[in-house]
Amino acid sequence: MVRVDERGKSGSLIEVRGLDKTYRRGNEEIDVLQGLNLDVDKGDFVAFMGPSGSGKTTLLNLLGGLDVPTRGSVTVAGDEITHMSRGKLTEWRARHVGFIFQMYNLIPVLTAFQNVELPLLLTKLSKAERRKHVETALEIVGVADRMNHFPRQLSGGQEQRVAVARAIIADPTFLLCDEPTGDLDRKSADEVMSLIRRLVEEYGKTVLMVTHDPLVARQAKITLHLEKGVLVEAGERREGVAAGGSS
Amino acid sequence: MLAKLLFGAAITLAALVALLLVVVVVGGILAGLLAPFLGSVPISYNLRSLRARWTSAIVAVLGIAGTVGVFVAMLSLARGFRATLVASGSADNALVMRAGSTSEMMGGITLDSIRVAQDKPGVARDAAGQPLVTQEVVGIIPIPLISTGTDANVQVRGVSPNVLAIRKFVKIVEGRMFTPGLDEIVVGKNAAKTYQGLTTGQTLNFGGVHWRVVGVFDAGGSSFDSEIWCDARILNEVLKRPANIFQSATIHLTSPAAFREFKDAVTSDPQLNLEVEREVDYYAKQSATMTRLIEILGGLVAAIMAVGAIFGALNTMYSAVAERGREIATMRALGFSSWNVILSFLFEALAISFLGGLIGCVAVLPLNGWTTSTLNFQTFSSIAFAFKITFGLLVMGVFFALVMGVLGGLLPALRAARRPVAVSLREL
Ligand SMILES: Nc1ncnc2c1ncn2[C@@H]1O[C@H](COP(=O)(O)OP(=O)(O)OP(=O)(O)O)[C@@H](O)[C@H]1O
Ligand SMILES: [Mg+2]
Repeated sequence: MVRVDERGKSGSLIEVRGLDKTYRRGNEEIDVLQGLNLDVDKGDFVAFMGPSGSGKTTLLNLLGGLDVPTRGSVTVAGDEITHMSRGKLTEWRARHVGFIFQMYNLIPVLTAFQNVELPLLLTKLSKAERRKHVETALEIVGVADRMNHFPRQLSGGQEQRVAVARAIIADPTFLLCDEPTGDLDRKSADEVMSLIRRLVEEYGKTVLMVTHDPLVARQAKITLHLEKGVLVEAGERREGVAAGGSS
Repeated sequence: MLAKLLFGAAITLAALVALLLVVVVVGGILAGLLAPFLGSVPISYNLRSLRARWTSAIVAVLGIAGTVGVFVAMLSLARGFRATLVASGSADNALVMRAGSTSEMMGGITLDSIRVAQDKPGVARDAAGQPLVTQEVVGIIPIPLISTGTDANVQVRGVSPNVLAIRKFVKIVEGRMFTPGLDEIVVGKNAAKTYQGLTTGQTLNFGGVHWRVVGVFDAGGSSFDSEIWCDARILNEVLKRPANIFQSATIHLTSPAAFREFKDAVTSDPQLNLEVEREVDYYAKQSATMTRLIEILGGLVAAIMAVGAIFGALNTMYSAVAERGREIATMRALGFSSWNVILSFLFEALAISFLGGLIGCVAVLPLNGWTTSTLNFQTFSSIAFAFKITFGLLVMGVFFALVMGVLGGLLPALRAARRPVAVSLREL
């Protein structure tokens, strides 16, 4: 179950409570997130939607431990990440989070194989074991035949599939996708989306995804809207806004 | 009192800062070199990034190469000069001069005192039982250079006819030795190559005498190779100096170990007012001023160039870090630590500087053995000597390059590691 009030049962995989994020630009303060709550269970597939600048990327960064909130807490599988040291947080990311970015963010000088292998370099796996894992992951995403190609030799769809392989290679607790199809044509977008859906359905992955595309959002089990710094469920939109505004 | 205290504190602080710098540089070099083992970012990432941005890297590489080249060339010049002079002495020869003289150009000693000295213990003798001693006088004459036609000072050394039995490494390689009592000269192989009219069979006019060049000798790359030798008695006559006064005597000893005994015997003799020095030490000392001068000048030039090279490396590395902001942020997001990022960029900076160091070393390698000449400040005559590039010098050159690499790479590496991930991920 996914909930956006603070009444989620304790023991959810991801528990976000009263999350505030305020950016400071010179003298100006921008309140992006204001008391945001969220509960996500294992195996959930959530889509976040919202206008540009509403704070979707900011939310993913906080969930993924790439940034720290101004107030509030994020707890993942019992670990409260908002109070971890930078070093701890880095280790935590390696173990628990898989990132998928709009611009794929593959390292241009490394081959598809080497890009996917990167997260495994932080583990104790041997070279042979790493190779096996990487090959399996590349097969799952369907670009095993391109593993010695460099990113610039791949199409956008292939690049994103390599990025998906990199995100799942170390078997993270959950995946964070920031507009994974934002730079792809419809066909490639569909391919990447059916891949992500397979990860949820076949492999039981937990996925939190930001998208602008309603067709893409529809593939998720639930779509949440980010409005005025809080999340509201699509169906109960009006109600949610009212609830968000009162909290 | 207070001033003294402050001064002490300042010195302590300076020492601490220097120590810190050394620790940082050495630590940085070690960490960067060991990055492939300590860090998790694959080195192929750095090497390929370097190749992809080679136009930027080449500036830093060439800056470091030039600096290392100058550094190695200067040091090899100093080494070569020193080696030439040190080769001029033998451990089993003792140089005897008047007490208080620092150079054989200064002061004279009488034949009588040489005679007393040569009977002291430790002196080697020839088959006929005669002590192996060469009494010497030196003069300087200007002779035009072959290369430019301008005059340079050449040292003329009057020696005893048996000099080859005392300086055993000197060999006649062309013609013959001078005949005692005649106006004949033999010429060192470098002098023969460098100055006009010093080939066998020609005549040289100085002191109102027409000297005949009868031979060329090879003194094994020592400073004697830049000299002209003749009979000391004739030279004394020509220079209108008293016949029985010489400037130095070089005495061959039975063994290097006999030096102590010989020296003690001479210096403890109240009749004698002589200074005794091992011939090697005398020439080593002579090389000191010039060697230091070359080293200081070379060090200064290298230091100034190093500042430029470090800024070149800084620039290259800062732009590498700036250009790859999103790549670095992506790796940080994947779980690579800031320590991994620092190691990775240190490694990259060291790779650049190592390449620069190698190029610098290879570029100056052809200088090895190349002969040049300079003025010996003790005798004011020219000495030919060769650049001497040793393996040790090359290692020093590469190390110097790595120091520049660390100084140029550390700050950019720290910046790369400290940049907030969330911000860098937004960069395009
Ligand atoms: N480092 C920062 N400093 C200051 N303001 C920032 C910073 N990062 C983001 N913002 C601001 O915070 C707000 C939310 O940004 P965010 O990127 O989270 O929005 P978004 O919903 O992902 O938008 P988009 O759909 O365009 O990607 C924006 O107004 C943005 O300008
Ligand atoms: Mg965004």
